[in-house]
This record gives sequence, structure tokens and C-alpha cells, in this order.
Amino acid sequence: MVDVRYQTAFRLYPYERVAAQDRVQRHQVVIVGGGPIGMAMALDLGLKGIEAVVLDDHDGVGVGSRAICFAKRTLEIADRLGCADPMVEKGVVWNLGKVYREDRQIYDFNLQPEAGHKRPAFINLQQPYFEKFVVERIREARDDGAPIEIRGKNKVDNIASHDDHVVLEVDTPDGPYKLEADYVIACDGVRSPIREMLGLGFEGRVFQDNFLIADVIMDADEFPVERRFWFDPPFNPGQSVLLHKQPDNVWRIDFQLGWDIDREKELKEENVRARVDGMLGPDVEYQLEWTSIYTFQCCSMDEYRHGRVFFAGDSAHQVSPFGARGCNGGMQDVDNLGWKLAAVLNGEAGDRLLDTYHSERKHGADENILNSSRATDFLTPKSEVSRMFRDAVLDLAEKAPFARAHVNSGRLSVPCTYDGSALNGADDDTLPKSLRPGSPAVDAEVDGGWLIDRLGGRFQVLAINCLAPTVEGAEVIELDSHTAPDLAERYLGEAAQAIYLLRPDQHVAARWIYTKPAAITAALTTAMGG
Amino acid sequence: MALIDTPNIPDPDGFYADLIAAHEGLEQAASHALNARLVLILANHIGDRTVLAEALELSKSA
Ligand SMILES: Cc1cc2nc3c(=O)[nH]c(=O)nc-3n(C[C@H](O)[C@H](O)[C@H](O)COP(=O)(O)OP(=O)(O)OC[C@H]3O[C@@H](n4cnc5c(N)ncnc54)[C@H](O)[C@@H]3O)c2cc1C
Repeated sequence: MVDVRYQTAFRLYPYERVAAQDRVQRHQVVIVGGGPIGMAMALDLGLKGIEAVVLDDHDGVGVGSRAICFAKRTLEIADRLGCADPMVEKGVVWNLGKVYREDRQIYDFNLQPEAGHKRPAFINLQQPYFEKFVVERIREARDDGAPIEIRGKNKVDNIASHDDHVVLEVDTPDGPYKLEADYVIACDGVRSPIREMLGLGFEGRVFQDNFLIADVIMDADEFPVERRFWFDPPFNPGQSVLLHKQPDNVWRIDFQLGWDIDREKELKEENVRARVDGMLGPDVEYQLEWTSIYTFQCCSMDEYRHGRVFFAGDSAHQVSPFGARGCNGGMQDVDNLGWKLAAVLNGEAGDRLLDTYHSERKHGADENILNSSRATDFLTPKSEVSRMFRDAVLDLAEKAPFARAHVNSGRLSVPCTYDGSALNGADDDTLPKSLRPGSPAVDAEVDGGWLIDRLGGRFQVLAINCLAPTVEGAEVIELDSHTAPDLAERYLGEAAQAIYLLRPDQHVAARWIYTKPAAITAALTTAMGG
Repeated sequence: MALIDTPNIPDPDGFYADLIAAHEGLEQAASHALNARLVLILANHIGDRTVLAEALELSKSA
């Protein structure tokens, strides 16, 4: 039986019977779960010519937005995959944020975007759209020959991992079948049935708090495009409230509820409306689109690789949504695993490279969990002293700018630097620290276009103001920074020239001011797992 | 040690009296809140994580 566990917003991949149901077939990669991470994973692999089959137990994207905030790095990854344009076109960009306490505004901030980047720091977009745009891009890539298959209403019921392959048992409306894979990637979400089947743990902290999330549709002009955050407002005493704009005149409201609540009562339409009315005032017309109550936790698996089975996205790690690090973090898993798995499947790198998926992404997840735990601790202080300092910060924030830096309603997702990774090579630390080995490349405007559009998909030697030594296995890009001030500032600092070796995921592998081909080759070998 | 733990305020008795006076007439909770604000203000003024870490250590071990 393939149960319907949730309603779908877009029915994108209805069940179809396939020949593989009659005869066991072996695939290079099978992805369990077609959420944003599973779909992006399939797209990344497929574009690299790797055969990827996605199995999802539903036939489309779930109703209810969940993620709304997608960060710049996610958009850059989506750009590499060819689906960022519709996201940015549909998405809402905001810069102005206001912070309120009780009945008054205590300060505002303007996140003026830094010039010289193709993509904004983040956009607000409903998760179902994000997923839909990825799936549409998969269709297009498939038409161009990318070996990707999506099977809706295919529920994985069992997994057996062997030395040289994995066997999955899959249930469908036509009954069960088996299929085999060289590798399996479990993108089956926070309750990960694959994790359960393998008996693997998922440890962390549950935050003793509940949040009522309501998406409401209002006429366009009711509220300006800005983010509003309230501490202890009259319409939700003692708790916080967040208001965010999404496309299609949808507004996201997060009401903090506290720990001891009656979920059913809180979810009743009249009670949700009472809260929303209190906030918007009695005369504002709106429709309730979606409501849900969440308890947040920060958890992670100990290992993201188990032999031939990898965990990516929420199945591997979960964060509270403050700082929008869930889906954004998962997209970095995709970015990291895609090229490594392709290199190993194509015989270009050894198995060891795959271990670095865990080490690098665990590092990233730990950073995300740390940041989102800190935000949650600020919003839901765990002790009287913690609450006292939180209130002291708010007392001061109105008068003293320094205290605003302590106000933490989420630190926006930024990609992590893989400091200490086994894949990192030489560094010249007189070059800017923000681009040290392990860091994701930073965009810059060059020759009337964007640097980021020229990076990724393979190893590249980026030579700025000098000739690039030719090495096997890397493409060469030569740039002149004299007409590109952002490039000079971000990549050279005080130096007159530099050579960067970049990985297929646009992260810096090694860098020099002067170097020889042999040194680049050595760094390339290191970056491929040695 | 980066933290100054030797006398550094020219008029220690005067400062001490100001500190106590600032709390005069406050309920316990208000006093605690004032201390918390003061800690945050002073910590920001110091701004050096090494000094702050040493100050935290010293206060815990005293
Ligand atoms: C209220 C809220 C707000 C959030 N806001 C943000 C935000 O602003 N920004 C952000 O980046 N993140 C945010 N997140 C987190 C984000 O929603 C998740 O990180 C993201 O959905 C994870 O994607 P995923 O693909 O890993 O998992 P999921 O989206 O959970 O997808 C898992 C998929 O696997 C399928 N599946 C499960 N079991 C099986 C099986 N046995 N066989 C086949 N298929 C199976 C499921 O049907 C589903 O399609 C938020 C989350 C919440 C709850």
C-alpha cells in the first residue's frame, strides 16, 4: 500500500508502470525521496551524465510551504543546475527589516545588497514553487538526454546494502518490485524511513516551544515588502511573531506559542483567525491559505555515509527554521555529493573521495545547527538568566546600536568553508581570508558578465592577471582584474596576481600567487581524494 | 594574560559607590536586569574575545 500522507500542491509525476517492475534492473544511483533535495540531487547527477532514478511515495509536491527563504548560495547552485531564473523571477526580494517590542518599533535595518553579485542575498519563495522549478528543469534536461527518471507513488519499503550494490524493495499501486543500485542517496526527509530501516540514530535537541505557522493571502497594498519581527506584542503576549512576504500576495506569519498548548484548539480556524486579526487589525481582509504547528529540533546523524548509502538534506540533519538553513543546507549537500559521486562512478577518483562528503557536510551541518540553536535559544530562553540577558539586549537595542547585533531571530544561511578538509591544498594566506581553501567562490562582475556563471561543473584553474599554467584535468580561465574592481578586491586583496584551483562545486581547492604546473597537479590529486 | 586583573580604576572607592548607588531602591529583579545591561555594555566596550574569555574564567573561579 502506498499511503497518501499529505496533499499535493502540484501533481508533477503521476504514477506510471515501468518495465523495471517486471524484471530487476541495476541503476547507477537511486534517490529515495523527491523533495527539493532529492530532485536537485537527481538533476545535478543527470546533468553530469550519471543515471539517476528518483523514487517518491507521492506524485507531486506537498501542499504547504514550509521553506520560504532561499539564500544566495542556493540560487548560485540552482544557477549551475539551470533553474535559478524562474525562482528569482517569481521570488520576492526584501531589504528592510523592522523589529518591534510590545507596541512599538525599537529599530529597523536595511540589508542593502552588496554590489557585484548576480544573485540577491536571498529571496522569499514558497517551497512548492522551488520544487516545481527544479522538476521542470529535470524535464528539460531529460529532453536533452540527461538520464533522469522520476517514479511517483513508488514507496521504498526495504533496503539491503551489499559490498558492491544496494537492493531496494519498492511498493507501487501495482504491487511491489525490487531494484538495484550502485549507490543510494536517502533524501527521504526528517523522519527518513531509510534511516529507520538501517537502524541508524538521529540525535539532538528538541526545543520546548511550539510555533503556529500561518500563510495568509491579503490584498497587495496592506503591508509593505519588509520583514517584521515582534517581541512580546499585545497580540501575542510574552511570545514572538514574525511576518514575511511571499509571492502571490501571500504572507507568512509565525506565532510563537510556548510549550504547554492544546494543538487542536490552536489549529481551529476561529482561533487562528483571532490571532491574525489581533495582528492585522480588525478591518484587514485576508484568506487563510495554510496553517500548521511545529515543534523545532536540531538533530544530526553521526555519519552521512554508510557504505553505498548516503544521507542528504533533512534525513541527515535537521535545524530549526530560524536562519533558513534547512533546505539551503541540503542544497549544499547536493552540491558537494554530486561531483564526487560522478567522479567515482566515472572511474576518475577512488572511493575515499566519497568519505569526504560526510566530513565536509557534517562540518557544514554542525555550523548550521550551532547557528540555529543560538537563534532558538534567543527566542526561547532556556533559563531565567538567559531570559534576563535576552531582555537586557532588547532594552538596550532601542538606544545602543551595539545591542542590535545580539538580537537573534535567525542568522541567514551562508555557505560554510570546509576548513581543515582533507581535500584542501596549498594556501597563500596573504590572499583574502574569505577565499581560503575550502571556501565557496564569491561572485564578481567581470567583462560585463558574472564570474559565478563561468565557474563550476569541472575543476578549473582561475588565473588573475597572469597566464594559467596548463594542467591535465582542469579547464583554464584567465581574467584581468584591472577593469574588474570586485574581482581584485575579493580574489587578490593586496596581491598583484593570483591563481586559484576551483572544484566542480565552485569551492576553492588551493591557491597561490605564483605557482608551477606540478603544484597545481598535486593540489588536484589532493582535491580528488588523494 | 590579556585581562587586567590589577587595580586599574583611578578612584576605586568612588566607582564602587556609584555601582551600589545605581542599584539603590531597585527590586531584586530590576537590579539583576541592570547588571545584565551593564555586563553587555562593558563587554561590548572591551570587544576583545580573549579578554572576555579570561574575564568569564576569573568570575567563574572566584
Ligand atoms: C515551518 C518550516 C519553515 C521552513 N523554512 C525554511 C526556509 O525558509 N528555508 C530553508 O532553507 N528551509 C526551511 N525549512 C526546512 C525545509 O522545509 C526542509 O529542509 C526541506 O524540505 C528538506 O528537503 P528534503 O528534500 O531533504 O526533505 P523533504 O522535503 O521532507 O522530502 C522528503 C521526500 O521523501 C519522500 N519520502 C519519504 N519516505 C519515502 C519512502 N519510503 N519512499 C519514497 N519516498 C519517500 C517524501 O514524500 C518527500 O517527498 C522549513 C521547515 C519548516 C517546517
